[in-house]
Amino acid sequence: MADMASMLDVSVWRGADEGRFVSYPVPRRENQTVLDVVTYVQRRLDATLAYRFSCRVGMCGSCAMTVNGVARWTCRTHVGRVAKDGRLRIAPLRNMPVIKDLSVDMAGFFAKAARAKGAFRPTADRTADFAVIAPDSPRRRRADAAIECIGCGVCYASCDVVTWNPDYLGPAALNRAWTLVNDERDGGNRERLAAVAGDAGCHACHSHQSCMERCPKHLNPTESIAGLKRATVLAALTGKL
Amino acid sequence: MSARAETLLWLAQRISAMVLAVVVAVHIGTIIYAVQGGLSAQEIIGRVQGNTGWLAFYGVFVAAVAVHGPIGLRTILREMTPVPARLIDVAAAAFAVLLAWTGWQAAYGLYGFGGA
Amino acid sequence: MRPFRLAGGSRDHPAYWAFAVHRLSGLLLVLFLPAHFYVLSRAIQGAAALDAVLAWTEGPLVKAAEVGLILLLAAHLTGGLRLLAVEFLPWRDWQKTLIAVTAGVSLLIGLGFLINVA
Repeated sequence: MADMASMLDVSVWRGADEGRFVSYPVPRRENQTVLDVVTYVQRRLDATLAYRFSCRVGMCGSCAMTVNGVARWTCRTHVGRVAKDGRLRIAPLRNMPVIKDLSVDMAGFFAKAARAKGAFRPTADRTADFAVIAPDSPRRRRADAAIECIGCGVCYASCDVVTWNPDYLGPAALNRAWTLVNDERDGGNRERLAAVAGDAGCHACHSHQSCMERCPKHLNPTESIAGLKRATVLAALTGKL
Repeated sequence: MSARAETLLWLAQRISAMVLAVVVAVHIGTIIYAVQGGLSAQEIIGRVQGNTGWLAFYGVFVAAVAVHGPIGLRTILREMTPVPARLIDVAAAAFAVLLAWTGWQAAYGLYGFGGA
Repeated sequence: MRPFRLAGGSRDHPAYWAFAVHRLSGLLLVLFLPAHFYVLSRAIQGAAALDAVLAWTEGPLVKAAEVGLILLLAAHLTGGLRLLAVEFLPWRDWQKTLIAVTAGVSLLIGLGFLINVA
C-alpha cells in the first residue's frame, strides 16, 4: 500500500456537458504520464470512465484533455511537470460537445477542416511525372513549418475566438488550409481562399496566440492564419474573392 | 456580410491602424511638448489657427479614427453581446458618421478659431 | 456541480494579456472620443471658453484621468504596432519580446506625460 505522500489527488470530469468532478486516489509513479493516470482510474477504480487514446506516443492526436485548466496531449504530458502539488484536475477539451466524461465529439472540429477546403486538390493525374519542388523554395518552407499537425484539437480547445464565434473555422483547419495554399501541386486555392476569408474564417483571428502557446507539436497557427489574412486580402483586391 | 466585405473591413482597419500609428505618435508628442509649463488658449490658438498643415493633420486623424474605431467596436459587440449582427452593422456605421462629423467640425473649428 | 468550461489556463500567457489590454484600451478610447470632440466643440467658441475648459483640466481628478488616457493611447498604439508586426511580418521569436517592449514603451510615454504635466 502506497503512503499518502506517494498518492495523487486526481479529480476527473464525469458526465456530459452537465456533470461533476469526481475524486480518485492514484498512486504516484516515476515517469508517469497523465494518460497513465486516466488509464489507472479506468482499469482499477471505475471501469465506466470514458476516454479516448490510441498510439500513446504523440502521433495519433486522440488523447487530448484539459489538464489543470490547460489543453494538453495527455500521453506526452508527464505528471511531474503539471502536478507539482500532487493534484490533477482532468476535464474534457473545451469548445466541443462532451459525449461522456473525457470524450468529446470532434465531428464539428473535423467538419471545419473540410469546410476550410483542407483536402488536397490535385492538378495532375497518376500518369504525370513527379512534381519537382525545391526543398528550400519559400512556399515549400512555409508548408513545412505548418504541416506536422496531428489533429488533436488542443489549439481549437484553447481558442477564445472559437468560444465567442462558434462558426469560426479555428486554428487547426486554417493552419491546414495554409499548408495547401503553399502546395504548388494544388489547384483549389481560389475556392479555398474564398472559404477561409471573412468573419468565420481567418479575419476573425485576434492573434491571442493561445494556439501557438499550447500546440504540442510547437506549430504556429497564428502565423499560418496571418498568411491567410494576407493572401485573402490580395485575392479580394484582385477580384478573385 | 459577405466574406469579401469582411475581408475589406479587416483591411480598412489595418490600413487605418497604420495611418493612426503615425498620427497618434505625433499627437502624443505634441501633447507632451505642449503641456510643459501649462496649457493656455493663446498658445493653442497660436499653433493651430489658420494653419493648413494642422488642419490636414487633424482631418486625416479624424478620418482614420472614424474608420478604425467603429470596426473595432463592431467586432467587440459581435463577439461579446447577443445584439443581432445587422443591428450592430447599422450602429457601427452611424457611429462612424458621428465621429467623422463631430471630429471634422472640431478640426475645422480649431483652424478657423474665433471667426473664419 | 461546476462548469469545466472556464477557459482559465488557456488564457494565461503574455499574448493573451496583450490582447486583453488592446481590447479594453480600444473600447475605452473609442468611447472617450465623442466626449473629446464634444469638449473641443465647446472650447472653440472663443478664447474665453477655451481657457475655461483648460482651467477645468487643472483639477487633480481630470489630470489623473489624462494620465490614464495617455497610458491607454500609448498601450493601444504600441500594442497595435505589435499586432501589425504579427500579421504582416513573418513570425520570428523576437516578436514574443515585443510584448514586454510595448509595455515598457507605454509606461515610458505615460511617465513622460506625467513629468511634463506636473
